[in-house]
Amino acid sequence: MVTEKDVQHIAELADVGIGAGELGSFTHQFNAILEYFDILDRVEGTGGVTHELYNILREDEVEPSLPQDDVLKNAPVQEDGFIKAPRVM
Amino acid sequence: MTSIAFGPDDRYHAFLTVCGKPSHGAGKLAGVPVAVKDNISTAGIETTCASKILKGYVPPYDAHVVGLLKQAGAAIAGKTNMDEFGMGTTTENSAFGPTLNPCDTGRVPGGSSGGSAAAIAGGMVRMALGTDTGGSIRCPAAFCGIVGLKPTYGRVSRYGLIAYANSLEQIGPMGKTVGDVSTLMSVIAGYDRHDSTSRDKPYAHTPKADIKGLKIGIPEEYFGKGVDSGVAEVVKKAIGRLEDLGATTVPCSIPSMEYALAAYYVTCTCEASSNLARFDGVRYGPAADTKKSWHDAYQEVRSAAFGTEVRRRIMLGTFALSSGYYGKYYAKAQVARENVKKDFLRIFRDVDVIAGPTMPTIAFRLKEKSDPLSMYLADILTVPANLAGIPAISLPCGTSEGMPVGLQIMGRHFEDERVIDVAYAYEQAVS
Repeated sequence: MVTEKDVQHIAELADVGIGAGELGSFTHQFNAILEYFDILDRVEGTGGVTHELYNILREDEVEPSLPQDDVLKNAPVQEDGFIKAPRVM
Repeated sequence: MTSIAFGPDDRYHAFLTVCGKPSHGAGKLAGVPVAVKDNISTAGIETTCASKILKGYVPPYDAHVVGLLKQAGAAIAGKTNMDEFGMGTTTENSAFGPTLNPCDTGRVPGGSSGGSAAAIAGGMVRMALGTDTGGSIRCPAAFCGIVGLKPTYGRVSRYGLIAYANSLEQIGPMGKTVGDVSTLMSVIAGYDRHDSTSRDKPYAHTPKADIKGLKIGIPEEYFGKGVDSGVAEVVKKAIGRLEDLGATTVPCSIPSMEYALAAYYVTCTCEASSNLARFDGVRYGPAADTKKSWHDAYQEVRSAAFGTEVRRRIMLGTFALSSGYYGKYYAKAQVARENVKKDFLRIFRDVDVIAGPTMPTIAFRLKEKSDPLSMYLADILTVPANLAGIPAISLPCGTSEGMPVGLQIMGRHFEDERVIDVAYAYEQAVS
């Protein structure tokens, strides 16, 4: 059972924001979904998915990449040929 | 290069972007208009994933499959509507409004590749690309009465597909006929070094209608609780038709299906919470306020530009992966997922393919499903193939209450050809 406070906390962790008006319905729906997920408690054993695949890494060599102009084309805020982001510190 | 004129009467809102005069070269698909789902990158053509957070985003490069389409001479006709980031079963979760089902405009086309299915069913294009994470090609194919293949995982490159749940999703062909789907598959399948899960298994197959001696597994779970009796009846009749053509049926069971849907939703929401972290209004999308702090700026952009279902899935995944819950949800989901795969491998020791309905019901009415859990439950018959990574096709096999019903054929890993052949045999027999 998760509370509105839990859902608020998750929304903050996930950076998706949550309004006071939607907190109740999100919490209600979360609980219904998580209750359904509880069926997994009955799954026995450990381990996980196996694939017949191996990690593939290419040689660390410089290859052609997108021109700077193309990369910047979609960035909403730019400064001196760089992408500008909110401050971290 | 020459160009064609493409100006469909899009009364079903199948397209988000229409390319009016797409150019094309020579090749297998010379001049054939092909629609592309809007989560597949197209250089120079807006690609939004039906989300406000990518409104105006123009990819600087083509997805591998789009490059292959162009090499084959196809004309990229436009970008099709979908549930935002592929999260949905109806295409109602598009930020730009729903697509309508051409068979009954009061109903949904299914999702998430609903625009691609409606573009074909509405006669606007012969073929289209969709993507299938938990049924997103097969569900709309079934609801709109067309053909759609989810290829074996690894057979088609995901490079340039805007990721939602990488371990489950595949790009696949959709078309009016099995022949069209097979042709499109032959163009898009094959190795790509830009996708680390790509396998070197090209597809060069001509469909064959001979299925004499084929053994078909009929899982009891596909005709059990929750499956509409009208739908089950139509599908059983279609399987009877396959028996008339020389196939034999064998009853079987997939006990792990009890846990499949929960395993699927835990896995896809966890992957989504990680994948969608990149949408922050910095490199693309609506501008984050750079004067604000990191978290405040991101929350502002993401709460305004992501739809409700996308935020719900990101939060569910964040919760399931959070400290103290990982073992309860994600780890158990992976065990359940492996059990689904083991059940399929066991059944495929005795049978060649497995058949059942694609969806448990006919297409829902618009706005019929408002509760997220009841919407998730509709995916129960399609998610097993994604969990196991096996190929699965949906093809029209009749109607119930006047709406199309999809027959689903699942096959062994990398036996997409056999799945196509069974579908082709049925299609030839009834046409």
